[in-house]
Amino acid sequence: MSLDPVTLAILKGRLEQIADEMDATLFRAAFNPIIAEAHDASHGIYDAATGDTLVQGKSGLPIFVGVMAFGVRAVMARAKGRISDGDVWIFNDPFAGGTHLSDFRLVRPVFHDGELFCWLASVGHWHDVGGNVPGNYNPVATEILQEGMLIPPVRLFHRGELVQDVVDILSANSRLPLSLYGDLQGQIGALDLGVRRIGALIAEYGADTLRAAFAALKERAATMMRAQIAGLPDGSVSADDLLDNDGIVDEPLRIALDMTVAGDRLVLDFSRSAPAAQGPVNISRATTIAACYVALKHVFVEVPANAGVLEPVEIRIPDGSILDARNPRPVGGYTETILRLIDVIFQAVARIAPERAVAPAYGTINALSVTGRREGGGRWVMFSFFGGGHGGHAGGDGLSHGNAPISTATIPPLEILEAAYPVRFTQWALRPDSGGPGEHRGGLGAIYELALMAEEAEAFLFGERGRHPPPGVAGGLPAAPNRFAWEGATGWNAPPMTSKMTGIRLRRDQKLRLETPGGGGHGDPARRDPAAVARDVAQGYVSARAAREVYRVALDADGRVDEAATARLRGAA
Amino acid sequence: MSLVIGVDVGGTFTDIVVLDEAAGTVRTLKVPSTRGDQSVGFVEGISRAAPDFAAIATVVHGTTVGTNALLERKGAHTGIITTEGFRDVLEMRRRDRPATWGLRGSFTPVVARTDRIETAERTLADGRILVPVDPAAVAGAARRLAAAGCEALCVFFINGHANDANEAQAVAAARAVWPNPYVTAATEILPEIREFERLSTATLNAYLQPVVAAYLDRLDQRLTGRGFAGKLLIVQSNGGVMGVDAARRQPVRTALSGPAAGVIAARGIALAAGFPNIITCDMGGTSFDVSLVADGEPALAAQTEIDFGMVIRLPMIEITTIGAGGGSIAWLDASGLLQVGPESAGSDPGPVCYGLGNDRPTVTDANVVLGRINPDRPIGGKLARLDVAAARAAIAAHIAAPLGLSVEDAAEAILKLANARMAGAIRLVSIERGHDPARFAAMPFGGGGALHAGALMREVGLGAALVPRFPGVTSALGCVVADMRHDRVRTVNRLLSELDPAALSAEMVATADELEGELDHAGVAFTGRERIYELDMLYLGQTHTVRVPVVMPEGGLTREGIATAFAAAYRAAFGRVLDDIPVRVMNHRVAVVGRRPGLDPRLFAPADGRPAAECRLGTRRVYAEGSWVEAGVYDRLALAVGEEIVGPAVLEQPDTTIFVDSGLTARVDPFGNLVMREEA
Repeated sequence: MSLDPVTLAILKGRLEQIADEMDATLFRAAFNPIIAEAHDASHGIYDAATGDTLVQGKSGLPIFVGVMAFGVRAVMARAKGRISDGDVWIFNDPFAGGTHLSDFRLVRPVFHDGELFCWLASVGHWHDVGGNVPGNYNPVATEILQEGMLIPPVRLFHRGELVQDVVDILSANSRLPLSLYGDLQGQIGALDLGVRRIGALIAEYGADTLRAAFAALKERAATMMRAQIAGLPDGSVSADDLLDNDGIVDEPLRIALDMTVAGDRLVLDFSRSAPAAQGPVNISRATTIAACYVALKHVFVEVPANAGVLEPVEIRIPDGSILDARNPRPVGGYTETILRLIDVIFQAVARIAPERAVAPAYGTINALSVTGRREGGGRWVMFSFFGGGHGGHAGGDGLSHGNAPISTATIPPLEILEAAYPVRFTQWALRPDSGGPGEHRGGLGAIYELALMAEEAEAFLFGERGRHPPPGVAGGLPAAPNRFAWEGATGWNAPPMTSKMTGIRLRRDQKLRLETPGGGGHGDPARRDPAAVARDVAQGYVSARAAREVYRVALDADGRVDEAATARLRGAA
Repeated sequence: MSLVIGVDVGGTFTDIVVLDEAAGTVRTLKVPSTRGDQSVGFVEGISRAAPDFAAIATVVHGTTVGTNALLERKGAHTGIITTEGFRDVLEMRRRDRPATWGLRGSFTPVVARTDRIETAERTLADGRILVPVDPAAVAGAARRLAAAGCEALCVFFINGHANDANEAQAVAAARAVWPNPYVTAATEILPEIREFERLSTATLNAYLQPVVAAYLDRLDQRLTGRGFAGKLLIVQSNGGVMGVDAARRQPVRTALSGPAAGVIAARGIALAAGFPNIITCDMGGTSFDVSLVADGEPALAAQTEIDFGMVIRLPMIEITTIGAGGGSIAWLDASGLLQVGPESAGSDPGPVCYGLGNDRPTVTDANVVLGRINPDRPIGGKLARLDVAAARAAIAAHIAAPLGLSVEDAAEAILKLANARMAGAIRLVSIERGHDPARFAAMPFGGGGALHAGALMREVGLGAALVPRFPGVTSALGCVVADMRHDRVRTVNRLLSELDPAALSAEMVATADELEGELDHAGVAFTGRERIYELDMLYLGQTHTVRVPVVMPEGGLTREGIATAFAAAYRAAFGRVLDDIPVRVMNHRVAVVGRRPGLDPRLFAPADGRPAAECRLGTRRVYAEGSWVEAGVYDRLALAVGEEIVGPAVLEQPDTTIFVDSGLTARVDPFGNLVMREEA
């Protein structure tokens, strides 16, 4: 049956609203702040036969938008037709369409008139899923089981009946079973709501109309993507970037892209990328494809969250590489490799169409956990991600202290952290000179410094961009690199792997200090409006020295632009 | 002294409602707003409606001075004094971004980095003072900011909510040297945990203070100069009114004053008409605002974002806005799918039919082409007539031809999609919050909503639509009926098992006593007073709270009573409770309401109404559901109580047009409202 364009437009809005409402329900009900505050979760509606993404919520974590379909397919493969109304499957296996072990997926079939109608899925980042490191960012893992429990797709509900055994197994394998229980309840609630809403929509419009809408939405997404690609000039470009190391071997790891635009088709070829790493910076093939989707959606903002978007895009991933991890490779630091992959796509777009490009953002999530024992013996785990600058673009400077491109997470209030854990922040500030210089400057990264208020604690950091900072594009310069240090008995220390460290011992009043990168610059800094440079210096965003040496702007004693001297500086460039 | 006057100043018009309590009459008036100084048009307008200012007991004002200063960033040059190490909290926000996709956002805080000075002091999360504040250093910082040209100051210290001793000392030191009264203490505005939200709210208060205070002073002088000796009250974003002194101290509470007044008026009219459950729909040129009133109580939001990064965390009437208004542009995306909004032609150049230069079709153009709007009698009085041919041509070129539709079908598609988007906003505030739409009525106000009310009612499954007699002056009417209300929140952050219920109760009652003092101080007569006690609670480990209403018993709250109330609130929100998990009390909230006399809605009843047949102005061809039909056109204000009109029909009045779809009937209720329902 074909569908008129008005009904299709209306149904698109209704379906998106269902996914959004599932997101909102989990955010409100979740226990752990990574879901509740940082929105590290996502929900969507998936094709009954193929598992393809039909619609995904707009407020969930962007990286999940592309990857959830693989999770639905993994359940379909495992179930082999043993699918009943009221079943809910659960798993976190990264090699079966997962991401990393912290992300637990619940997948539920929706039936209509005894027939499978579509799938719903919910994914959320749980606070602790076992493994060697509380919070699960283990920078020295060399196999997946050191990162946490690995659960293949199993039934959490069977025909509407909860399988309590599964809940018991999950709870026994977490340091924070209470948090796990609360998040699990929230995800179940979100799926219940989705089933009710889909049922109401079927009652209103009829199952056949909805099926026709599913097909049309996919076709439409492909059409839109083709139109967007056709707007880029034809040609081939390459962009390479580096990860500092994998936490085990101190060697840089290359993420390499050869991108070809030919009419309305796009090829993303990652063949020159590094082989699989010993340490936990590998990502699965599903994650790689999802990361490509996220990058393209940042470039082509209008394309919808639907599987059709990737139809005109060919993605070449070398077998067994860092972008095609197989069991038992560790994947805990998956965010860092995804961010680097997005960065190379941004850089390639900048080479082919600089006016469309945004320079790379700060490029690392800096997962920091600090953990200890309370006086009563219970364990506390403070775990958070930290922010940095966004890249400059043809329309302006990058945003200071933004969230990662794969995320819409907000940072917890420091007052909430101080109320919950024995820590005291001593600084929470913008980091001068951290934005990549450019005609359009990168946004600033941040400085976070905290002191311990208990007798002792242990800290873990998983970060990147310590040696290879976010690059500029179109003549713009790199941002400042990531810096991490901690205080010991004899003074400040830095990790040998720059941004990855496990088992840091802290005593009372000793400090941790994290300085995050800004975003890369866009365009030649010597072309930046001198008045903007003077303002940056006055506000302390840029040092007077950088103004002179990098931006080639001379300021007088009052901080005003010295036009003549600036012309000489810039003429000499 | 028997007159109560409500005044709502909008961008184009100032609406005035004069209620004569002694005579039992009500008058409405629309005068042009005066740009630059709204107080001029305000006072002139009143003088036309009530020349004897000495006869005015109360003037209640819904103002957009604060809203506009925020949106246009025209607040005062403001400085901040804050804890050492934290001067960038305002600029760093909560590490968010304006749009999920594209990474092209930017943010400029209202206070420049150079105007944010740090001072050595530190309060810990549990309230202990780690580093005492040095008042002399604070005074020095204040002098530097004043010398740099700052007109307003905000003092904000980390963990001030847990113990404001350092902050209070610093504020005293700053006030002693500050050249004017505009010094805001963050914890006086919001003693709640969450540093960015508290700082942002307090900073915006400081930023508004000189602007709003100067406006209120001018207004006060002009009124007094005319012989006014009554009370001037200001509508707050929470829907209650406050005295002028409170508004000068806390102007941030006026951020959504105007829209809140509209919701309060809608509530008052609907309650009188027997509709305790309504969804208000305010359709303007660029946006569609909805609010929910359930069991007579408007839904309140804990915070709102005026613009990206401009967060105000104070209780406000919850208004959900989407970019769908009369000026919203219809367009086809790259895949050929029809879209409506969020881009808008606004009111200038406005829809194509205005003939002011826009050539892309809008929602209003679709209404004109389909005969719903009378092109010879445009509402608002700004234009002589509307250009139907131009509207047709725009829809033909941009929508109908590419989609292979007739112009009429394309126009109807635009309306369907616009209605679907507006229906989505209504679902968001009703169905998504667990309300059954069948129990609610749509209540349009503003100029545009009544054209769409019937369609929205059907689309969402609402029980009825209620069109007030004067939808164009609703906000001013709200001023007349709004209660006085003061809210206070305070962070507790204790496990229920560990807190002292007696001490908590004592603190809440003391807060209520203090707020009630503000009612006394306002010098307004109330028909009753009410205290509302609530707790923000959550399970240990959660971060989002559930609002738990509690009844304060004579002997104070008990742990068991609080636990029971929490379970009920949590079950209502999430459909389940979680066993064996400790419960935490994050904040307590106290509100005190002084009830003002309700409006006798019969004042609006048509006095000399006529039968429908006599009000029939003729017929007009209207396109609906794929064909042209002859629809009766009626003079709405002339209809007598009890008259009934069967759709399709168009009802015209100076400030709005009402479309009654086929299959709907519209009946004039005893108060002059029009009630639309599905035909029985």
